[in-house]
Amino acid sequence: MSAPLLEVRNLSRRFDVSKPWLNRVIERTDKVYLKAVDNVSFSINKGETLALVGESGSGKSTIARLIVGLLDPSEGEILFEGKSLSAGLQGAEARRLRRKFQMIFQDPFASLNARWRVSDIIAEPLKVFERGLSSLDRRRRVGELLELVGMSAEDGIKFPHQFSGGQRQRIAIARALASKPEFIVCDEPTSALDVSVQAQILNLMKDLQNEFGLTYLFISHDLSVVRHMANRIGVLYLGRLAEVAESKTLFLQPKHPYTRMLLDAVPDLEMTGRKRKRVEGEIPNPIDPPSGCAFHPRCPFIFDRCKAEIPALLENGISQTACHAVEERRI
Amino acid sequence: MSAQDNLTAPTAAPVAPKPPSRLYRIWDSDVFYSFRRSPVTIVAAIVTVTMLLAALFAPWIAPYNPFNPASLNLMDGFTPPMTESMMGNFFVLGSDHQGRDVLSTILYGSRVSIFVGLSATLFAMTLGVSLGLAAGYLGGTTDSVIMRIADIQLSFPAILIALLIFGVARGIIPPSRQESMAIYVLIVAIGLSNWAQFARTVRGATMVERQKDYVSAARIMGVHPLAILIRHVLPNVTGPVLVIGTIGLALAIIEEATLSFLGVGVPPTQPSLGTLIRIGQQFLFSGEWWILLFPAITLVMLALAVNLLGDWLRDALNPRLR
Amino acid sequence: MTEPVLSVRNLTVEFPTRRGTLTAIDNISFDIAPGEVLGVVGESGAGKSMTSAAVIGLIEPPGRIAGGEIKLNGKRIDNLSEKETRKIRGKKIGVIFQDPLTSLNPLYRVSQQLIETIRTHLPLSEADARKRAISLLDEVGIPAAARRIDDYPHQFSGGMRQRVVIALALCAEPDLVIADEPTTALDVSVQAQIIEVMKKLCAERGAAIMLITHDMGVIAETADRVAVMYAGRIAEIGPVRDVIKDAKHPYTSGLMGSIPSLTSDLERLVQIPGSMPRLSAIPKGCAFNPRCPQVFDRCRVERPDPLDVGDRKVACWLYDDRKEQAA
Repeated sequence: MSAPLLEVRNLSRRFDVSKPWLNRVIERTDKVYLKAVDNVSFSINKGETLALVGESGSGKSTIARLIVGLLDPSEGEILFEGKSLSAGLQGAEARRLRRKFQMIFQDPFASLNARWRVSDIIAEPLKVFERGLSSLDRRRRVGELLELVGMSAEDGIKFPHQFSGGQRQRIAIARALASKPEFIVCDEPTSALDVSVQAQILNLMKDLQNEFGLTYLFISHDLSVVRHMANRIGVLYLGRLAEVAESKTLFLQPKHPYTRMLLDAVPDLEMTGRKRKRVEGEIPNPIDPPSGCAFHPRCPFIFDRCKAEIPALLENGISQTACHAVEERRI
Repeated sequence: MSAQDNLTAPTAAPVAPKPPSRLYRIWDSDVFYSFRRSPVTIVAAIVTVTMLLAALFAPWIAPYNPFNPASLNLMDGFTPPMTESMMGNFFVLGSDHQGRDVLSTILYGSRVSIFVGLSATLFAMTLGVSLGLAAGYLGGTTDSVIMRIADIQLSFPAILIALLIFGVARGIIPPSRQESMAIYVLIVAIGLSNWAQFARTVRGATMVERQKDYVSAARIMGVHPLAILIRHVLPNVTGPVLVIGTIGLALAIIEEATLSFLGVGVPPTQPSLGTLIRIGQQFLFSGEWWILLFPAITLVMLALAVNLLGDWLRDALNPRLR
Repeated sequence: MTEPVLSVRNLTVEFPTRRGTLTAIDNISFDIAPGEVLGVVGESGAGKSMTSAAVIGLIEPPGRIAGGEIKLNGKRIDNLSEKETRKIRGKKIGVIFQDPLTSLNPLYRVSQQLIETIRTHLPLSEADARKRAISLLDEVGIPAAARRIDDYPHQFSGGMRQRVVIALALCAEPDLVIADEPTTALDVSVQAQIIEVMKKLCAERGAAIMLITHDMGVIAETADRVAVMYAGRIAEIGPVRDVIKDAKHPYTSGLMGSIPSLTSDLERLVQIPGSMPRLSAIPKGCAFNPRCPQVFDRCRVERPDPLDVGDRKVACWLYDDRKEQAA
């Protein structure tokens, strides 16, 4: 197997959520940190789709923003083609690497500048990365990109508000493809869309992946979408990876108790009448997470070790899990 | 089925009509719809435009040149409105103590007032928008420093700050050049006393826009922060700037009038509306009311009309009130 | 057959705008039987929330009910005064919104809000109302209800807040509960709990539920019957199992096919081309005709009324016996 396209090693990100300095001094409180991402490691091979699923507070969007460089990691490093992105990249090298990864955002209403014409929006990466391009060539490329995502070249002269949510997401995809990237981070790309439009966008993303050999990091809270899109899936809970498995394995043989619970919570659309366990409790406050394994207050398989020790992500034969019970073969 | 099946989106009307002309689109836009629906705004716009044009073309439409000493005759002094003077000159709005036609002085005076008001507002806008963008986008210490200065300034009346700046400038500029520089000093003084409103609003809007994903997308591409600010953020914060700019224009005109009334504004050789009011008030109790009344009415109408336009703009651009 | 709790006949809701009148709800009819859960499903712009707003008398002006009637327990409620509507809204109809914070006043303790609502509609003393409120909170699954009742809404988590809203909606023993996207703002694991609580409590009290959601999964879990809405009309209405397993209307089958499955492997999802028309540009004939894979001439000219197909109604010319003659 070749080296992974993207590798994330022991990535952590803390956010300072303390009160202002003066309040802290008067109230005699310490600084408060929220650990949004805690010691997360994974890798993505070329051409595959890795999905990160999790509920609110799981840190999935933070990981996306760390990878594309919108946030700086507190600890750990991110390697793209074996080169570390964290070490302040400069000039041509930075531009060479940057054009290889792009991002698609959740809200197609906020991700397009409302004051720009669609053609200018899509041409922006071309202006940054292909400075030699003549204006005619650029217009031609914009037209091709629009056709590629199922729109017409004439749509370029319109403004984003003249399009529906699904069409805007297509425009956002066209912009992401403009710099001919290899790797696209998709942060909940369809959760703001209706199901029938979601199907269009998911199909489009799969087509583009097959056509251009794209690699996706797919962030979502929707298990059925994730199952449809991903080769491998990482399940996040309160900033830590609970389980990483091949897509099929995860759904057929979920190992981690949280994964099992999550799967049980998904509504049974096929109406198979499958037996399901009741879901217990709610996600704890991430500012003050439980000791040891963060899932232990909701876990049906809890034992002493879970409260004391943070479980590491270990190989269990068919997948990787961060669970003491799985490690000791209790479940 | 493939993704390309969606070329024909049924959201559009079945038969594409001929695209309407640009002029028609502006006329048909929501902003202009609310304009057409508000008689008060239409009147305010007519008053404003008339006054702007009158000021602009003052040398051509004014019946007399009130600042040409050769054409002045003290014998024309204190002629009441709509009467002919002893010298046989007719004054629609009367004449002042020096025999100057009040209508003509008003036309020339509003020229000065509007020029100072517009320049000062543009100056304040440029300064405030730049600082607001910087504060909102960079955050941290830059933000704290800029906004604390703005807070301090906002806690004093603008007129006081303008007076202060005016005084300092007087001390720096040599007396021989004071007269010719006065109008620019006035513009800077009024401008500097009004920038904080712009900065505050733009900072807030910038902080909202900065969080949006179109800015993130540009950052991922490595677009320079300055380019992001000017090309992405600035166009999205212009709405509120336009509103404050319009209301600020009315304020600047009044502020100029106040300063001139206090005698620290434009030199008497280039009287503005404020100067005219100062001159006029000396004669109010001796019965020559017209010398004060007409410039005052002009100032009130101008400020009110511009202010009403600003109010309308604020409502029209606010999507929640639409 | 027993009399339905809610009976909507030929309801039409219009929005006059300066560019002409938009029809948000176009001539829809449905019933909800006592104790029944009716799911109303549709994509954004389908008019599902407008339908619930019409029933509870909360249509934002300038929108108005332009035709048809709404009957609650056989009595018309669409033409009542604002005051009478408000009385019905608390007593006979309980309402659960997507965002719990729109139903709860952040300035008052949960206890104050519950007790006030109970006492407005039921002749109980302060102490009895409080007892009732605590037992309700207990029933919706709030741990240590007696202690937490005096907390403010912001002291509860999202899921717990939605439980409080359910308690608030149920406290006057309504005949009908309208739940508008009650779980959309919640995480999957919490969503399952909320659905369970809502369903259980309404069943115990015999209250009917009108459940509005865009999520077919929630409908499958909860509803007895489902109405699928498209462009302000009901495309298909019938028993939930029939509609999900064997959709008759081409829109419903397209919608079902576009949901990624948890069990089967498909390389591509079924996709309906295009998107829901805007209210200002609803096509002539059947509103779905430009996107329909089975469209024929009649669909482009004549609007289909709901036709009986087994024990459901489908608004599609495919199921009209005169299809051949017409086509």
